[in-house]
Amino acid sequence: MIAVVDYGVGNLFSLLSSLRFLGSACLVTKQKEDLVRAERIILPGVGAFGDAMDKLNDAGLTDTIRELAQVKPLLGICLGMQLLFERSFEHGEHEGLGLIPGSVEPLAADLEQPLKVPHMGWNRLTIVRDDPIFKYFTDGDWVYYVHSYYAKNCAGNTLGVSDYGVTVTGLVRSASGLIYGMQFHPEKSGRAGLGLLKAFSEI
Amino acid sequence: MISKRIIPCLDVTNGRVVKGVNFQDIHDLADPVELARYYYETGADELVFYDITASYEGRKLFTDLLRRVAAQIFIPLTVGGGINSLHDFDTVLKSGADKVSINSGAIKDPSLISAAAKRYGSQCVVLSMDVKRVNGEFRVFANGGRIDTGLDAREWAKRGEDLGAGEIVLNSIDTDGVRQGFDLPLLCAIGEIVSVPLIASGGAGKMADFWELFQYDRVDAGLAASVFHTKQIDIGELKKYLRERGVNVRL
Repeated sequence: MIAVVDYGVGNLFSLLSSLRFLGSACLVTKQKEDLVRAERIILPGVGAFGDAMDKLNDAGLTDTIRELAQVKPLLGICLGMQLLFERSFEHGEHEGLGLIPGSVEPLAADLEQPLKVPHMGWNRLTIVRDDPIFKYFTDGDWVYYVHSYYAKNCAGNTLGVSDYGVTVTGLVRSASGLIYGMQFHPEKSGRAGLGLLKAFSEI
Repeated sequence: MISKRIIPCLDVTNGRVVKGVNFQDIHDLADPVELARYYYETGADELVFYDITASYEGRKLFTDLLRRVAAQIFIPLTVGGGINSLHDFDTVLKSGADKVSINSGAIKDPSLISAAAKRYGSQCVVLSMDVKRVNGEFRVFANGGRIDTGLDAREWAKRGEDLGAGEIVLNSIDTDGVRQGFDLPLLCAIGEIVSVPLIASGGAGKMADFWELFQYDRVDAGLAASVFHTKQIDIGELKKYLRERGVNVRL
């Protein structure tokens, strides 16, 4: 069973639809015991970093997620991926879960061309390091992004990137091999995205 | 880099697609779920659903079908038609929409744009504009193109962007249904004063019209209804055609 962490951030409709479509049993929960019982955990999220960390803290789940990520697969999606890092500079400086080394910084500060923020739409994901998560994915498949901040200083943990004037960190994995993060929305990325979710459900 | 997008648009009333649906190889031609699945499988980058019903029962059918579509189609979904309040935003977002398109509702109450952008983020708010030439000016029309609001299209687009719209759909009433190509003069007029993504609508008749459209770099997407519904243009073939001619599309 996959536990989808419900901490009041964003709309879970599409994510749950895609997991059900893949035939994965899933449970939306904010209860610690459900997370303990689950085989794997997905941390979704849309919105602002500081606000999301506050909500995770308020739900009393921060330490639970940190601990469980050492023993079972965890996938962070979009803002949920950014929360995996040590800190973010979105509207001030905020501490993250610290599960993957690196920081989250504004895209706008690094874009040299007159490209728009948010980075929104379909972009190719280039595999920089092979991994079981790519079992059903072909190098260069298109994925769907919507974000204004991105992870940096995390090259050692990066599995996939996209080009948007700067190199956007698309997919990361912890050294332990249990923790994954996807900046794009696999649940909105057509077959390519479903393939990544399917692979995660088999990790 | 971000691809150019091809977006079929489905006008729905009482749970059925209206407007020139003429497929031969789909079981239920006017079933929005079947049609949406067909577009998803042939490579549409996004789907737009407009609810053109007025009745309460029609609305209910619409959100039900939206849920069914979102349960099996995993690309972005934009929903519009009769969006007049944050409550309307809430209803369609909870039914699986990713973006919400506002038109007459924003003309009546421009603060709806900023309120929605604040609550859901600009990426969620699409300003849709029906534009027609009147005495040499680009004028914004409301209520499905029936009422001349007197608003200048350039000023309205700029205002919409300033209020927080994350994307603008420009539907040219002058070229709509004519199938002689998109309204490039209108797109250029708006494209030079706003920086949010622009979606062109109205006028697609053949594949070359999309190629011509994407020669103007400011345009991010081409939207059409009947040329896709009638299968005059197949989305998969269109994208291959565009790719061969150097347009960055998702294949």
